[in-house]
Formats: sequence, structure tokens, C-alpha cells
Amino acid sequence: MFDRRLLQCFDWGLLALTLSIGTAGLVALYSAVSAGAVEPELTLFRKQLIWYGIGFGAMIFCFLFDYKQFERFANFIYLASVGSLMAVLFFGKYVSGSRRWLSMGPFTLQPSEMAKVAVIIVLARYFAKLINTDGLTLRDLMVPAVLTAVPFALIVRQPDLGTAMVIALIAGAMTLFAKIERRALSWLIATFTMLVPLVWFFLRGYQKQRILTFLNPDRDPLGAGYHIIQSKIAIGSGMLTGKGFLKGTQNALSFLPEQHTDFIFSVLAEEWGLMGSLSVVMLFLIIIAWGLSIAGRCRDPFGTMLSVGVTAMIAWQVLINVGMVMGLMPVVGVTLPFVSYGGSSIITMMIGIGLLMNVSMRRFKFE
Amino acid sequence: MTNYLDNVDSDWFSKRLSAALTLVVAAFVVLIARLLFLQVIEGGELRRLSEINSIRLRSVDAPRGLIYDIHNRLMADNRPSYDLSITVKDAHPLERTIEKLSRYTGIDEAQLWERLERAKGTRAYKPVLLKPDIGRDALAAIEVNRWDLPGILVNVSPRRDYIFSPSLAHLLGYMGEISVEELKNQICSNCKSGDYIGKYGIERIRENWLRGKRGGQQVEVNATGQVVRVLNTVAATPGHNIVLSIDQSLQLTAEHLLADQAGAAVAVDPSNGQILAMASSPSFDQNAFISGMSHDMWNALISDPSHPLENKAIQAEYPPASTYKIVVAAAGLEEGIIDENTSFFCPGFFKFGNRTYRCWKKWGHGEVDVLKALTESCDVYFYKLGLELGVDRLAWYANAFGLGEPTGVDLDHEEGGLIPTAQWKKKRVGISWQKGETLSVAIGQGFNLATPLQMAMVAAAVGNRGVRYRPMIVKTIRTADGQTMYESAPEVTGRLPISEKNLWLVREGLFKAVNERHGTAWRSRLEGMDMSGKTGTAQVAGRRDDAASGDDDWGSIKDHAWFVAYAPRENPRIAVAVIVEHGEHGSSAAAPVAAEMIRFYLSGGQPKPDTPLAAASATTADGD
Repeated sequence: MFDRRLLQCFDWGLLALTLSIGTAGLVALYSAVSAGAVEPELTLFRKQLIWYGIGFGAMIFCFLFDYKQFERFANFIYLASVGSLMAVLFFGKYVSGSRRWLSMGPFTLQPSEMAKVAVIIVLARYFAKLINTDGLTLRDLMVPAVLTAVPFALIVRQPDLGTAMVIALIAGAMTLFAKIERRALSWLIATFTMLVPLVWFFLRGYQKQRILTFLNPDRDPLGAGYHIIQSKIAIGSGMLTGKGFLKGTQNALSFLPEQHTDFIFSVLAEEWGLMGSLSVVMLFLIIIAWGLSIAGRCRDPFGTMLSVGVTAMIAWQVLINVGMVMGLMPVVGVTLPFVSYGGSSIITMMIGIGLLMNVSMRRFKFE
Repeated sequence: MTNYLDNVDSDWFSKRLSAALTLVVAAFVVLIARLLFLQVIEGGELRRLSEINSIRLRSVDAPRGLIYDIHNRLMADNRPSYDLSITVKDAHPLERTIEKLSRYTGIDEAQLWERLERAKGTRAYKPVLLKPDIGRDALAAIEVNRWDLPGILVNVSPRRDYIFSPSLAHLLGYMGEISVEELKNQICSNCKSGDYIGKYGIERIRENWLRGKRGGQQVEVNATGQVVRVLNTVAATPGHNIVLSIDQSLQLTAEHLLADQAGAAVAVDPSNGQILAMASSPSFDQNAFISGMSHDMWNALISDPSHPLENKAIQAEYPPASTYKIVVAAAGLEEGIIDENTSFFCPGFFKFGNRTYRCWKKWGHGEVDVLKALTESCDVYFYKLGLELGVDRLAWYANAFGLGEPTGVDLDHEEGGLIPTAQWKKKRVGISWQKGETLSVAIGQGFNLATPLQMAMVAAAVGNRGVRYRPMIVKTIRTADGQTMYESAPEVTGRLPISEKNLWLVREGLFKAVNERHGTAWRSRLEGMDMSGKTGTAQVAGRRDDAASGDDDWGSIKDHAWFVAYAPRENPRIAVAVIVEHGEHGSSAAAPVAAEMIRFYLSGGQPKPDTPLAAASATTADGD
């Protein structure tokens, strides 16, 4: 039953990359939760270790059996995910004005994180069948548009604009990779250009504020504008070699908002300098390139699209999060993969890695 | 058209892959360039900024809206509260600092440590609140010894101050710290835990108007955490000021008259429904709620048998007793059962079935017409009239007078009273209506219940010739800089279904009750003020079955005394309802209170040298 080639083809490189980034993330989290406190508050750090444990379990589960199973159960996975998003709207826990969490005994889960993977799987299955040299027509795009729009709308309702945006961007990247017919593409570009001003009207007050603040940080000296300025000071003050482990003053003085989740990159950059921040950014770049190469070597359309989707998820989140803390993007709640604190985020990313490994280690099947 | 992924080695596919990779690399180049820019080119400057980075955020509480009376007399103000906090990181050495702090201010050291213990785990740079509202003496001690108290901060925040407390306590209400449930239910738009919000009365109902919008400051602090410079301020927006229709002088008069008694007094302006006074006795000290009440104090308040926390004007329901005869008389006239000439003979009792229902006057009133019945409050007359009307027809009129349902005043926890019907009783008690019970109902006893506010509104509607208004308390809402956001307009909720002639008869009866020698309130008449009114003596629960009055041997539980009135006789400017619990007789306990309120109000707030209170306390030829 067990194929020896599975072990031979196991992607040790991807595992090593994941472990490296994970380790860097834990170090940064330790700084974020302990610095400046009367005594280190390690509850979050310990919880993150547990999340990593669960994440590894999920990763192993995801590469144990053939990823073709995911293609078979794609619709089921997708429907379950949409169901959990609806459940959040009705039974979700309110935390500062939005409903994003479902209580599961002692743990709370964020179904919107899992929804990313569900959308990737269902779109990969759909595109795998249609992919062709001429590209997809507008009609072909109807189904993926609806498949994306449903979870997107449910997540916007929570409201969690950051995650909703990431789902849309993943879907967009997968679609573009699958190629869109030239005529359809020009139609799409025209429509989107016209839609942008309309979207403005659907944004909530605080969301508009954030975009305006991004354009002009002085608008909100007590909120986002202050956060971005402090985050930039933190990153820049790290200079080449950083201030040293647990020596970050910006972090210690609580100048950074959400320093263990959204702004954790600033903590890392402050304490480890360009040396540390550049290493982490390069690690991410290598993981992304690795993911694309897995896609490239896979001989099966579903496996390829699955890898592209997971890679796109990692790439978008890194770009948005790091861009945001450096003041290149508006402040949106998007986590830094493998580094930010949060069970749902860690587990989702580890599932993604598991899927990549699965595709990678079964490439021989098509040779 | 081919599925290019079926032939992975095709040019097609590798082109797409390398395009994707190129895009990703390009985006990362931007990130890395930005990193280099921040950490290398700007690194030195940003490092310097981080070293002097002593910029903190501080929230600035918004002053709550003020509350005024109708003459713009300030009733709820904000005073500065000095809140003591500590920044642990700056307080070196911690033990000595706490010890000295306790010595200078006299605050118990254990208490300070307890607060610190509770705040364990918060960041050392975050100030921990040690004690709110420390008072001026402690503040002075701290300011003088500032050099000796590193890391100790005193913040000033606005606190509520009720100037006339305990006056008007039930209506203004009070504030308290927001509870977990209230936070969860998002009671107010921009609350956070630890905030004070309105818990009762106007403070609660108008929370979202009174509450301002929090502001904040970017401040620069020195090495010991003291603010040296304010860099940037987002001003707090003060809450809206509210002007009530309450006349505070009249309110104080009413409360003074009710002092040491349990009861309520309501005064309204019959021409628009505005509430001029709403006293509920005994009252409580609202300021005690603000500065934090001890357990003992709270327990004493809630276990007090005279219910000081209850607003008796709208929450307490009493049998309306003889004041209800206003409704019965109007109903009888309008239904054509009686007219001004109809008269019944009152021998002092009325036999119905095998029971004898008594009139309050043992030897009877003799021949009684409707005017005399109201003037002298003849029970027998109303027994007979009630029987003819029947319970359901009477209930229809009572509802038309606004009884049996809340008046809709903008206060919380208003009760609606009770006007029984045959159907109601069948449903509620399971037994059919007994005709004898109609006799009790006709004199305002039995199942009947009404709040003092409801009865004041009845008096107002009768006085102003039949127009019913919704009682109002909030007159104007203004922004802090005086811009009017809301101006109450009289809201007509209905008209009494009584013809002008019939209503004139009722009003004539009420006038005579006060201004004729045999009238039940003759003793409380006001020279030159043309007061009209109706006394009532409500039998205390337990005697419900003895519908009629006159059981003098009752003993320990005394009856409740009612008086409803308006003045002057034409175009009245004030209508009043007063109840004095266990005051015994309306004429002796309640009428003098109402009369003095009316006299005070109509004379423009002139205190009277010799009040009619003393004179009226003697027993008189009393009604009902």
C-alpha cells in the first residue's frame, strides 16, 4: 500500500523553510508579548506553541492521502465552509464591533481564515477542467465569480474587510494564472475601473477613514496615523543589526498597536534590524518561489492550480501585511503568515503547506 | 485550443509560471527597497526618534451634557474628579513609593496594593488607576510632595454632580459604571469598559444625547512619565445639554411638603402636557451612586419598606378611589343615564343583594344630584350610577381618560395601572364578574389602579376642556454651544369623549368640592385662585372586598390620601395629583399639599408666611 517513492519525494526543503519562518515568528512573538510587561505574559506564547502543534497535525493530515481526495470532496468542503461563515453571522462572538469568531469549547475559531483554503480548493477543481491555451471566456468566469462572491460577502458582513479582500485577491490571482481570453479581460478591466467609485459607498465609516488616513496620516493623529508613524519608527530604528532581542523600545513602550498580530513584523524589524527583516522577507520569497515550482513540476491540472492558489495566499498576505506596517498600504487586518499570533491563521497556513507538500510528493504519479 | 496543463513542458505553461514569478519578485523588490529606505537611509533618524520617543496617547473624556430646569437653573453639573494612578515602571522603588503615597494621602496601603495586584500583567508603562476621585486634600498632599512620589499621576476627569440631590432623584436618575451586559448589547455608541453611563431616569433614557464623544491627545512625557508637552489634540465633543420642563422651585416645594411621608406629587401644565414637578417621597442621594456606594448603604436602600428607589409618580399603582368619580360622573352624563336634574336619595347606605354598601357619611346626604355628588363625594350616588353604567361601559370611558395604560412619558419603568373589564376578570381570575364588584369599581376601589401621573393627566384634561396631551419632561435639547437640536412640541393624544356641556357640569362639581362650604376640600380652598379638585381616600389592599368605606375600626393600616386638582378654573395653568400613603383622608393629608403647590406656582414662587398646612391637619367635614 505504502509507496516508497512518497518518502523519497518528500519535500524536506519546504519543511525546512516553514520551520525557519515559524521559528523566527516565535522569537518575534516572544518579544512582543514579554517586553515591557511587569512580568512576561507568556500565555499567548504558550498558546501559539499549541497552535503550531495543531497546525503540524493538520499539515500531516493534509499530505497523508492523495490530494485527489480534496478534488473529490471540494464541493463538500466549500459548502461546509460557507455554512460556518453563516453560523458566525448568527452565533459568532462579538469582539469590538465585529463578529468573526465561533466558540468551540475553550477555543475560538475564525471561519473566515479556513474559507480561504476552501475557496482555493473549489476554484482549483473548477479551473483544472477548463484551463486551455485560448483562455477563459466571460461565461467561464461566472461560476468562479459566484463561488468567490458568496464567502466574500459573508465575510464583509462580519465585517472583516482584510480577509474578504485576501479571498478576492487569491481568486483573482488563480484566474489570471489560468488565463483570461483577451476580449473578456478588457471587459473586466473596464468594469472594475467603473466599480471602484461605487465600492466607496459600501465601505463602512471606519474603513473609509483608514483609506483616507493612509493617504494622509495626519488626519487621524490618535488612531491609524499614529500607528503607522510609530510602526515606521520601530522598523527604521532597527537599522542594520537591530536593537537586540527583547531590547525593542517601541515594542516595550506599547507604541505598536496589535503588536502580536498585525504589527509583529515591526517588532521583529526593530529588534533584529535589516539583518533579521531582510532574512524573513527573503524566506517568504523563497517559499513563494518554491510553491510556484511545485506548481510547475506537477503534471495534473488540479494539483497545479491548488499549488498556485496556496502560493497566492501566502504571497498576498506577506505583501499586504509587510506593506502595511511599512506605510505602503492602508491599515487592514491581515496577518503575517507563520509569524502573527492566532490559531486560525497558523492552522490555515499549515494546511496550505500540507497541501503544497502533498502535491509535491505525489508528482511522480504522473511521470 | 488545448488544455496546456496536459502538456506541462510546453512553452505556454513555463511562460505563465515565469510571469507569475516575475510579478512576485517585482513586488518583493518594492518591499525590500522600502526596508532599505527605512532601516538604512532613514535608519539613523528613526533610531534617534525612537530614543526620544516619549509620545504617548491619552484619552480625554467628554464632559457630559448638563441638565437644567425650565428656568435654566442648573440641576446636573460636572465637577472635576481627581483620579490617582501609578506608572509602575517609573515608580522606583515601588514599595517605598506606595508607602509614602499612603502616608501623604491617608489612603489605606492595603487598598493601594490590592488595586496594583488586580492590574498585574498590564504593561509597566501603562498607568494603573489606584483610586478615583481622591478629593482636594489628598490632591494637595500629592502636589506638594510630587518630587517624592515618582510615577504617581493625578488625572482630572469630569464627574457628575447633582446640585439639588436628593431632590428630583427619581426623574434625573443616576449614573454607574457600564456593566458587561450593557457593553455587549452596545447600549451606547462609543462606550468602553470602565465608562460611566446613565443607569436610571433621564440619565439613562437620554444617554446617547447626554454622552459626548471622547477625544484624545498626543503628549510628550519626560523620564518620570509626567506630561511635558501636548503635541496634538483631538478635542472631545461635549454631550448635549437638556432643559427639562420641571420647575425646580415647585419641585422643592412639593418635596418639602411630602417630607417624612411616603407618597408622590405630580404637577403638569394642562395647556401642553409638560411636567412641572414630579416628587416621589422618600428620595435617595444620587451623588452617593456616583462616588461609589457601600454595600450597607445599598442594602439599606433596597430593603427600606417605603421604597426610596421607586418613582412613585409613575411606578406605584394605587386605587384611584374617589378621584375616579370624575370619570364615572362624566360617563354617566355622556351615556344619558343622568343629567343635571337627575337625583338619587342617599340614606347613608345602599343595599345590594344581601349586602349593605355604605356611604362615607353615616347619616346620608339626602337628595343628591350630580353636582352635589361630586362636591360632597356621595358614594351611594355613584353606586347607583355605576350599576346603571356597568363595568365595561365604565372601562371604556376610563380608557378614554387615559387610564389603564401608560401615559407614554419619556421615563423608564412606567406602569399602566389597571381598569378592569368583565372579560379581563374572567381571563385573569377565572371567575365571572359579580355585579357587586361594579359598586366597588364605581368609587374607584376594587381592581382599579392608577398612577399619580395618570391622575394628574386626568385632571389636566378635564381642566383644559377635554384635550389630552402626552406628558413631556424634556423641553429642549441643545448642543454645548447653544444650538437647539430638539424642541418638544405639545403632543395631543386624544380628546375626552365628553360633550362641552357635560364636561362643564363635571368641572362645576370639582369647583364646588373646593369652594363650597360642604365641599370635601373646602378647607384647602385658595383665595383668588379658583382651584377645582377632587379628594380621594384609597383603601389599602386587603380591604378590597369591603368595597364601601366607613370601616373605622380598621386600625393599624391607614388609607392612602388622594387629591387631584387644577387651577385656575378657566384656562388652568397647573394640574396636580398628590398621593400620601397612609395619609388617611384626601382632604386632610393630600389636598393641603396640592393646594400649597398650586398657590406657590400661581403666585410666581412666593413663599407663604402661614401655610394652610397646619390648619388643614385638623379633622374636617371630610369627603368619602
